[in-house]
Amino acid sequence: MSDSAPALATSTPQSVRTICAKFGNTPHRLLDILLAVRQEQGWISPQSMELVATATGLTRIVVEGVASFYSFLPLTPKGRVTIRLCDDIVDRFAGLEAVRAAFEAELGITVGGTTPDGAVSLELTPCIGMCDQAPAAMVGDLVAVRLTPDRAREIARALQAGRSPAEVLVADHDCLSPLERVKAQVQDNIRLAGQVLLGEVPLDAGITSAQGMEPTAIIDAVEASGLRGCGGAGFTTGRKWRFAAGAADPHRVVICNADEGEPGTFKDRALLTNRADLVVEGMAICARAIGGREGILYLRGEYVYLRDHLLSVLEAARSRGVLGVGFDIRLQLGAGAYICGEEGALISSCEGLPGEPKTRPPFPVTRGYLGHPTVVNNVETFAHVARILDRGADWFRAMGTEKSHGTKLFSISGDCAWPGVYELPWGLSLRELLALVGGEDAAAVQVGGPSGTMVGRDSFDRRLAYEDLATGGAVIVFSPRRNVLEIVDYYMSFFVHESCGYCTPCRVGNVFLKKAVEKFRKGQADEGDIQYLRDLSATIIETSRCGLGMTSPNPVLTSLDNLPLVWAAVTKPRKDGIKATFDIQSAIDGGRRLAQRRSMIFDRDFSE
Amino acid sequence: MTDAFTFQIDGVEVTAQPGQTIMEAADAAGIYIPRLCDHEGLRHQGGCRVCTVKAGGRSVAACTQPAEAALEVENDTEARRRVRRDLVEMLFHGGNHLCPICEKSGNCELQAMAYRLEMTAPTRFPWLEPCRAVDASHPEIALDTNRCISCGRCIRASQDLDGKGVFGYVGRGIHRRVAVNGADLAHTEAAGADLAMGVCPVGCILRKGEGFSVPIGERVFDDGLIGHEIEAKR
Repeated sequence: MSDSAPALATSTPQSVRTICAKFGNTPHRLLDILLAVRQEQGWISPQSMELVATATGLTRIVVEGVASFYSFLPLTPKGRVTIRLCDDIVDRFAGLEAVRAAFEAELGITVGGTTPDGAVSLELTPCIGMCDQAPAAMVGDLVAVRLTPDRAREIARALQAGRSPAEVLVADHDCLSPLERVKAQVQDNIRLAGQVLLGEVPLDAGITSAQGMEPTAIIDAVEASGLRGCGGAGFTTGRKWRFAAGAADPHRVVICNADEGEPGTFKDRALLTNRADLVVEGMAICARAIGGREGILYLRGEYVYLRDHLLSVLEAARSRGVLGVGFDIRLQLGAGAYICGEEGALISSCEGLPGEPKTRPPFPVTRGYLGHPTVVNNVETFAHVARILDRGADWFRAMGTEKSHGTKLFSISGDCAWPGVYELPWGLSLRELLALVGGEDAAAVQVGGPSGTMVGRDSFDRRLAYEDLATGGAVIVFSPRRNVLEIVDYYMSFFVHESCGYCTPCRVGNVFLKKAVEKFRKGQADEGDIQYLRDLSATIIETSRCGLGMTSPNPVLTSLDNLPLVWAAVTKPRKDGIKATFDIQSAIDGGRRLAQRRSMIFDRDFSE
Repeated sequence: MTDAFTFQIDGVEVTAQPGQTIMEAADAAGIYIPRLCDHEGLRHQGGCRVCTVKAGGRSVAACTQPAEAALEVENDTEARRRVRRDLVEMLFHGGNHLCPICEKSGNCELQAMAYRLEMTAPTRFPWLEPCRAVDASHPEIALDTNRCISCGRCIRASQDLDGKGVFGYVGRGIHRRVAVNGADLAHTEAAGADLAMGVCPVGCILRKGEGFSVPIGERVFDDGLIGHEIEAKR
């Protein structure tokens, strides 16, 4: 990645064939193949799709189906470097607009465009996991944080002058280790280290202990610890493992879900940077427990800047014998799709398919990756496992609350003095957390990201625990200056952007929900529209095929429940019975233009 | 479990074979569960969600959910009908479905489903009015994806039954649509006789030259509501 931004190789049939051959011409490596083609050529051309299809034995339409699904696989030519500005609501509140304007002015293009010299493309992308150091952007495969208009102009000028992202963003790039390069780009922002994950941890203590145990005893220990999945769903980890261990097929797969795409979440970034050994150890322990023969670390495309570091961690684990004997891990890079955080969609993505959730049942523990029993766990879950095997189930279980054991990593961002990563025992109240992070004047807190719960000031005594506010750990603080409906509107646009489109309610219903929120923001809504929001949300939640659609109305519903005055303030009763949304002028405009004449009845200025 | 077992749909006892979905067992028993993406002889997709039922208190797609012994399924209730009506309305509003000018009218499952679910009042949803190019390149087939409801029947039929793979999905979310394996339909292996060309529930894939060979009034759903042939088995 230290290349000095050479002109992109022109698409040659041979280079595409070589890439396909490197991945064994295997259809289930399609995502890797397409990422490699993009890396070399800057985009996925129709000709490349034909060549990939021929090499892998797929049809061209299947290849196009995959390429067109992922945001980071462009189907039109792009510049040598693509800048992807993080368009999260936190970044918007932190000054994204000025940064964007600076990039646009300096590059002479608008978002979506490419400079005429082919140097730079400028795009927007949802949350890249840097909310604690917003505004942020991906610059090629690297990351720039705490952007200011000045810094934006500097980066733009340097890239246009032909310097590579590495030269621009990482001083002495070539002299640094992969981990040092990561740390040169992104701050850790670990504000509070707890005793399980972010404090001092010995190397390989968990796997060493596990190697002396029977597989069933490992599962017993994980179950006894009370550990639940840390991605947000909270399924009991030990039970998941037990199902997989009991499956008939002996070829079992361990997948680490490092696709933390929930806006406002970045705690796995801290682990992947600073505790990657622990994560790999946890996966190896899982493999020993369930009889895993194959491991995949699925890294979200936005975290590509961590790739070299993680590859070196995997290599080191091989040299220590943690990996390589009967079980190894390959790194699978994602390509910009929130839905791939859903375990079925993540498996689809690993299989070289569009990131669509799978029909359940069968569950992944019975039939997952390529039909094999598969355990998918979050990064943090695996890290916890390694510590539980080292220190014992009782040690872990004693922390937290009655139903929420151990510690949890929280990603804190938004309007607070000390955004960053906090490791805390479960059970803190929001008020206690806000005092800790310097966010006491918060008017609203988004717990668990958009798919979670928006909590108002009157409910800050609610507790962060499975008993009350279950969460994957994202906590976004909003001060009284923020417009709650703007936040809700943004979150709905996020879900519209990230819906895979497989099922009707999520594909179409979320668009309607987003439009309904816009209506409120324009002051065109009446009381009936509140019921409309609730009815539509209920249908989306009830009939959606996966967790995305089952939670996407939450920004609307939880703000309606917890901050009702915000909605009431813009809801107006209609006394005249006329629908405010109906604008006769725009309704007849098309016909007016076709007929090339104006309406005597509806054109107000007709007599003038 | 290798023996047949029973469960209940709306209080009626239904016998199921091991491995059957709720919908398969219901079909065999003469109970109709509305569906649009599912089609006899094709893999189940579970995409349209019109077949959503409550099974043991949970909402599931009847076309993909395995039947279980003693399961209590809620199918034809006002709550289910309301949710299904919402979904069918979403499909109408997500595309351009102008029945009076569509040659599929009377044979269209979307239209028939709207009648069955009594979608008679104006809806509350906005119109998305997509604008997609019509593909009339093929001598025997016309493709108008403005009328597509993303059921994927053509994709599965072409792949699994015709062994061709003429169709596929491209894009994501609301931009997801059916596309063809070539510059246009004429540049694919598509043939008028393909099974894929006969499974479209709406007027998206039409065989040319037969639009009005059966007059309005004598069409499939002029005989009765969609699903009546399944219900006739009881």
